[in-house]
Amino acid sequence: MRTFPTPDALRRSPFGLADLALLLGFFVLLALVAQVGAGTLVSFRPPDILPGVDLNPANLPYHAARSTLRMFIALFFSIVFTLIYGYIAAHSRRAERVMIPLLDILQSVPVLGFLSITVTGFIALFPGSLLGLEAASIFAIFTSQVWNMAFSFYQSLRTVPTELDEATRLYRLSGWQRFTKLEVPSAMIGLVWNAMMSFGGGWFFVAASEAISVLNQEYTLPGIGSYVASAVATENLPALGWALGTIVIVILLTDQLFWRPVIAWADKFRLEQSAAVEAPRSWLYDLLKAARIPRYLGRLLTPIAELLKRGLSQLTPPRKRHQIESKRKSDRIYNVLLLFAIGVLIVAGLHFVLATVGIAEVGKAFVLGLLTLLRVTVLLIFASLIWTPIGVAIGFNPRLARLLQPVVQFLASFPANFVFPFATLFFIRTNISLDWGSILLMALGAQWYILFNSIAGAMSIPTDLREMAADVELRGWKRWQKLIIPGIFSAWVTGGVTASGGAWNASIVSEIVSWGQTTLTANGLGAYIADATSAGDWARITLGIGMMSLFVVGLNRVFWRRLYHLAETRYHL
Amino acid sequence: MNSLIKVDHVYKSFPLPDGKGEFNVLRDINLAVRSGEVLALLGRSGSGKSTLLRIMAGLIPPSQGQVWSNDRPLRGANQDVAMVFQSFALLPWLTVQENVELGLDARGVNRAERRRKAISAIDLVGLDGFESAYPKELSGGMKQRVGFARAFVLQPQVLFMDEPFSALDVLTSENLRGEIDDLWNAGTFPSKSILIVTHNIEEAVFLADRVIILGSNPGRIRGEVQIQLPRPHDRNSPQFKALVDYIYTVMTNPEAQVVNLQVAPLKEVKSPYAQLIPHARVGGISGLLELIVDLPEGTADIPQLAERIQLAVDDLLPIMDAAVMLEFAEVSQGDVKLTAIGQDFATTTILRSKDLFRQQVLDRIPLINSIVSTLKEKRNRSMRSDFFKDLLDEHFPNAESDRQLATAIDWGRYAELFEYDASEDRLYLTEAESAEEKQPSLTS
Repeated sequence: MRTFPTPDALRRSPFGLADLALLLGFFVLLALVAQVGAGTLVSFRPPDILPGVDLNPANLPYHAARSTLRMFIALFFSIVFTLIYGYIAAHSRRAERVMIPLLDILQSVPVLGFLSITVTGFIALFPGSLLGLEAASIFAIFTSQVWNMAFSFYQSLRTVPTELDEATRLYRLSGWQRFTKLEVPSAMIGLVWNAMMSFGGGWFFVAASEAISVLNQEYTLPGIGSYVASAVATENLPALGWALGTIVIVILLTDQLFWRPVIAWADKFRLEQSAAVEAPRSWLYDLLKAARIPRYLGRLLTPIAELLKRGLSQLTPPRKRHQIESKRKSDRIYNVLLLFAIGVLIVAGLHFVLATVGIAEVGKAFVLGLLTLLRVTVLLIFASLIWTPIGVAIGFNPRLARLLQPVVQFLASFPANFVFPFATLFFIRTNISLDWGSILLMALGAQWYILFNSIAGAMSIPTDLREMAADVELRGWKRWQKLIIPGIFSAWVTGGVTASGGAWNASIVSEIVSWGQTTLTANGLGAYIADATSAGDWARITLGIGMMSLFVVGLNRVFWRRLYHLAETRYHL
Repeated sequence: MNSLIKVDHVYKSFPLPDGKGEFNVLRDINLAVRSGEVLALLGRSGSGKSTLLRIMAGLIPPSQGQVWSNDRPLRGANQDVAMVFQSFALLPWLTVQENVELGLDARGVNRAERRRKAISAIDLVGLDGFESAYPKELSGGMKQRVGFARAFVLQPQVLFMDEPFSALDVLTSENLRGEIDDLWNAGTFPSKSILIVTHNIEEAVFLADRVIILGSNPGRIRGEVQIQLPRPHDRNSPQFKALVDYIYTVMTNPEAQVVNLQVAPLKEVKSPYAQLIPHARVGGISGLLELIVDLPEGTADIPQLAERIQLAVDDLLPIMDAAVMLEFAEVSQGDVKLTAIGQDFATTTILRSKDLFRQQVLDRIPLINSIVSTLKEKRNRSMRSDFFKDLLDEHFPNAESDRQLATAIDWGRYAELFEYDASEDRLYLTEAESAEEKQPSLTS
């Protein structure tokens, strides 16, 4: 809050070291994007011209850059979609009734099952260019992250503090002003954290969607995922090692260069009006703040921004009149129409499946679903038994927690399918059936959510409760029963839901794995979908995806939602 | 004097959950804000005073009736008013200056003009030098100053204040209230009139020229009191004290008439589930009684008492109401006095005081009486608490019926009339109470 420039500041040249670094960084980034982006326009005419992958490690940075570019393009579209979808759902009561349950279902549908449909669609959209495949891969990443983000944004919009809402209405802010000054800022922190988590999850899908066989066709897109796939096909272990190292570096770089600064910046959107205990920091954000170029640019652009704002405000005038509460009758008609539309969709889907594969196939898919369910359950039980005590031990030790939490966060965002080949090799050497092995593969990605949330849960148990437990000499199992389990319960439920969702999705790639010419297959719904996808069997794809969605949605409704309720009502700290 | 805002036969009701009819918040409200006056709406929580303010601001529509602003019917956000909120309602991501400019920006004022006006409003509230600070860097009092500057900058016809000082600590609110009063008395106030909503009687008498007293359940106007004192109102003058005492008396006696206004007391036969019990814990009631019993003659002046125990009136009144309802105390002329039972209750042993409490509760609180007899009729002597919640829901909105039930359970438990099992969410008769059936009670 200093009003006068300090002598120190006056002496500084208007063009600081920070600016130099900023300019350099900017041009490097520009050159990189131009170079990498040009690659997407390569000619592609299946089946004659297919870009191959050269396993020379020198090519890895380029491949990694291509994958990263895809991730960021998907993130951009996710944000745009989130803002539009969340806004409409929160502002139109009727739209809300369709859009929110739809989100709920889309969140549970296995993204990887969609690939077959989208890849064929997008290739048809961009004939003669790799753009189609590119778009399909981006779309896969997009679908893996967008639903979470849209839901978080919608919820923030619904929970804007009442008095802030009243202030903006009384001061007659236009729709655009309200959106930019109240709605987006108040949703910002949730949105950023959600985007970061989803982005971490996205690496898994970028790897899975770059090299895929759909409808009896092998499609390969230059990227780190296809690099791994081709290393697996040629049984090239050193190349795999290089890829693993690269992805570690890429994840760390995006964290330092993108997410840390964004989180540090977003901290000003915190709604609590008191200063945060420990504000997140980022060296890059500090650098950007120290540099002057952004400020000069900002000042230069102010008149234009002002004009734009005025125009947009005039297009979205504040509501002059109270909304008239809608009639009950038209509501009823709307409901009937909705039910009818849903009914028609279900009947059409059922008809398609039954007419092409028959009822027996449905039964078979159901049994396979039960097998996969069994795997997910075993995974959750074992992951909880192993990781909860470790997580609690870490969480009770603040220094250890501060040290290890980022590590666990990193592990959670690390794409497990990069480690699959090593595990596959291990299964082949030791003759372990994939029926059991796939549990381990699914766990490679899913278990970290349980560990991560156990740590967070243990950290949230108040110190005085722990001291009380020590004081009354609660020990061993009693201590777990009375203090720890109830204390971490809500956190564990959150972790469990995420882990179970991740495991179902992962089943599509982990119930069927290969190393060179050897392919291991497990009995399960994931393998069923993967099989149907590569064979291009539309009826089975539909059936498989539908069945898996049914399992996930059913499980959420019957099991997780109850636990959530229990956690919120009884074990709320 | 011409009126700036007129409220004409306004009713407001909210639908109860599950379509069980409606909950009436406001009934037949008529009032006018005149040019050049400070008007206070005084009422306890549940009197619908904030709802009324929001209807007059055009933030929520009335269920019936009409609000007129500058002789134009109000159909949306009122352009003639600006509001100062209880929780400040500042956007934490905007600087002080940007927050103050908010309303001007919305009106399309250009940048230079916005800046000039905002800076002069910030100066007016004494925050110069803090233009580029963020709200989180400011103390509560400074935040509310920003709230005032944001309202001043629009130069509204009427400035609305929704309990503007109640989120601040005692000294800060005293200070800010004094400054706002000074600004008004100096004749340079940025608005023509002020409408303030408050539950603080002293604050109302100090700031206002006219105090409208609202009654609760449903909110209605009980009458108005003119504060005909020279400005600034001197807190130590006997007239000031008399006015405060008088309003205390009126507010603690829901049946009393206000000045020369004819308010016929309502006598209806009500269901036991329709009568509000005040939200007071038993510990609070007995604490209050023990405090009063030690005073000379077992009598206390309510404003003094409130000050002595540092309780906001809104927190003290329910406790006092409960004591009156249970016939432990009487209120007259701004004084509270213990009854014989109350004296006994406050001085005797725990066991005997429980007996007294049980007897009074069964006698005076129909809700608890009805719960006990319902439980007695059941063979297993227990009932899900949802059952009673449903009965309450027919008369109160969800949050209120939750509170009613919680208070009834607190009182019933203390009186050992019934027990409550939170994990099963059931009420059941205690063994003592079951046994009492066979063996005539020892207590009554």
